[in-house]
Amino acid sequence: MDLYEYQGKQYLARFGIPSSPGVLCNTVDEAQSRADDLGYPVVVKAQVKVGGRGKAGGIQLAADSEDVHRHAAAILGMDIKGYVVRRLWIEKASDIAREYYASFTLDRAVKLHLCMVSAKGGVDIEEVAATDPGAIARLHVDPVDGLSVTESAKLVAEAGLDEVARVQAADLLVKLYDCYVQGDCDLVEINPLILTTDGRVHALDAKVTLDDNAAFRHPEWGELGGSEELDARELLAKEKGLTYIGLSGSVGIIANGAGLAMSTLDVVNQVGGRAANFLDIGGGASADTMVSALEVINSDDAVRSIFVNIFGGITRVDEVANGVVEALRRVELRSPIVLRLDGTNAEEGRQILAGHLSDRIVVEDTMVGAARRAVAMAGSNR
Amino acid sequence: MSIFIDERTKVLVQGLTGTQGRFHGLRNRDYGTKVVAGVTPGKGGSDVDGVPVYDTVEEAVAETEADASFVAVPPRFAPDAIIESAAAGVRFIVCVTEGIPAQEEALFFNRLRRDYPSTRLVGPNCPGVISPGKCNIGITPGAIALTGGPVGIVSRSGTLTYQALHELSQQNVGQTTCVGIGGDPVPGTGFIDCLAAFEEDTDTRAVMLIGEIGGSEEERAAQFIADHMTKPVVCYIAGVTAPPGRKMGHAGAIISGSQGTAQAKMEALTAVGATVAQNPTQAAQLMVEVVKNLA
Repeated sequence: MDLYEYQGKQYLARFGIPSSPGVLCNTVDEAQSRADDLGYPVVVKAQVKVGGRGKAGGIQLAADSEDVHRHAAAILGMDIKGYVVRRLWIEKASDIAREYYASFTLDRAVKLHLCMVSAKGGVDIEEVAATDPGAIARLHVDPVDGLSVTESAKLVAEAGLDEVARVQAADLLVKLYDCYVQGDCDLVEINPLILTTDGRVHALDAKVTLDDNAAFRHPEWGELGGSEELDARELLAKEKGLTYIGLSGSVGIIANGAGLAMSTLDVVNQVGGRAANFLDIGGGASADTMVSALEVINSDDAVRSIFVNIFGGITRVDEVANGVVEALRRVELRSPIVLRLDGTNAEEGRQILAGHLSDRIVVEDTMVGAARRAVAMAGSNR
Repeated sequence: MSIFIDERTKVLVQGLTGTQGRFHGLRNRDYGTKVVAGVTPGKGGSDVDGVPVYDTVEEAVAETEADASFVAVPPRFAPDAIIESAAAGVRFIVCVTEGIPAQEEALFFNRLRRDYPSTRLVGPNCPGVISPGKCNIGITPGAIALTGGPVGIVSRSGTLTYQALHELSQQNVGQTTCVGIGGDPVPGTGFIDCLAAFEEDTDTRAVMLIGEIGGSEEERAAQFIADHMTKPVVCYIAGVTAPPGRKMGHAGAIISGSQGTAQAKMEALTAVGATVAQNPTQAAQLMVEVVKNLA
């Protein structure tokens, strides 16, 4: 789960990483009154989960209340790369002497954590990596050992951070590592990490991605979830605990396993159709999961046929079949279903469905055959 | 022959008394796998359908000489279960558990690499490993595999692994071993480990590699194929039409030096002489041709 900038900063703060004081606002009036409390100048920042906010005009300096009014009115409702701005973060402007970069993420190639630090922050770091790779100091951290202050200090010096910033930056880096590991993040990135004119080092931005698999040991994450930007179908799927991504085609897809679900999209595309969604019911899905999946697909007006592609492993095909039968009882399905069932308990599954087959509920033997059938059905069901 | 596991492999199941462990552990036994023990703390002395259950892996190994473990416990217990097996001298561990935090995976991967270098972990979040007719550890439905080789399979995706086995078996092409390495960020065993093992294995004469979007494992596998593989490789990469995935921030893109698209992976594999299919069915058809030409 990606966090908004303000959430990211609050998350970093739990681990003792300083950033500029600020407040979250949803309206122009609120922005104005809260800015008055903070004291000027302030920065008005669009809260969207996408990079390039500055270039898009979503970050503006305001010298007084009038400025805040003007900028807040312009930024709220602004569309930044497809994300509509619904909230603002108003923070006290910092006097910036230097802009740095710091991040931790996993380097999958060597299976170690990777810390990157650069004295060239505040700009697109991917461009720095491409044009001046030497400007980014890198250190692999073995999770068994962790990161020591000594190593951190060495890295900060190697990155060429100003002398006056180094002790604070080294300390901050160790805290950032704690946040990354104990906070169960996939990514923590501070760009820019600034040195103020009065010699303080703090985060001016924060990009934090939490590892959804760790949610079970972070009950406090519950309060962050409400901020996801989802469409109605995605919200319903999320409520039901399904992995769902809405697309724009007419063939509703239900598959087990991300790989098979992706492959199902590919095959539907290859036989001339378009998928309405990506939906992975996951491993070990029960009959209830299948009912939920069909409910979500059924709620999508664009769906004209449903392709259920199951290869049972940990998921048992008989459970899936029970789910389909149960869904037929509970939900009035608007679209015909094509099922392709193989793997664990497939025979039992087909037997469970045998009495329910009709011209609107059909079973096909192969994945490609089922895709063709589903695409054909979508075409004739308009 | 086969890689990693064969008819002599003795398997203990961590979590045999749980729903999933019992279902799949006993299915593995029914397949012919030597499932010799179960381990569940606090349930030692009982049995599951005749398979003795022990409190610790150490006891199970001492009593039964198990040399492989099937980890089928929930995410919060899996990291300790894996390390417990390695510490007890188990040389081969399959962990099917889905939903383990990435930080835990990174930690136990590096602990294994440092303290137990002779232990191989496959997974987590994988379907497991099957050497058809000899041994099946994990959740792969054994009936879809075909004995006799000559194809080795390595796959990142669970259900696509079954799809590949099924399609090949339908075409009467057998498999030596099929390894589902899992799609998690820190897989214990990667494509390259399996390609190297298949290259060594005399009975494996061609390899099917199934990848998916994200990361750069397939690109590194392509480099390995160019440098070390003499055997033909047929590939399929899932996700050509997938919506652009969640971008892992800038740091991720800098590291991998790749956007992780299916197209980029297919191009890398094609460039090193691998045969690249558009879907699982076509991958099997192309493999049938490859196998024909071997004779």
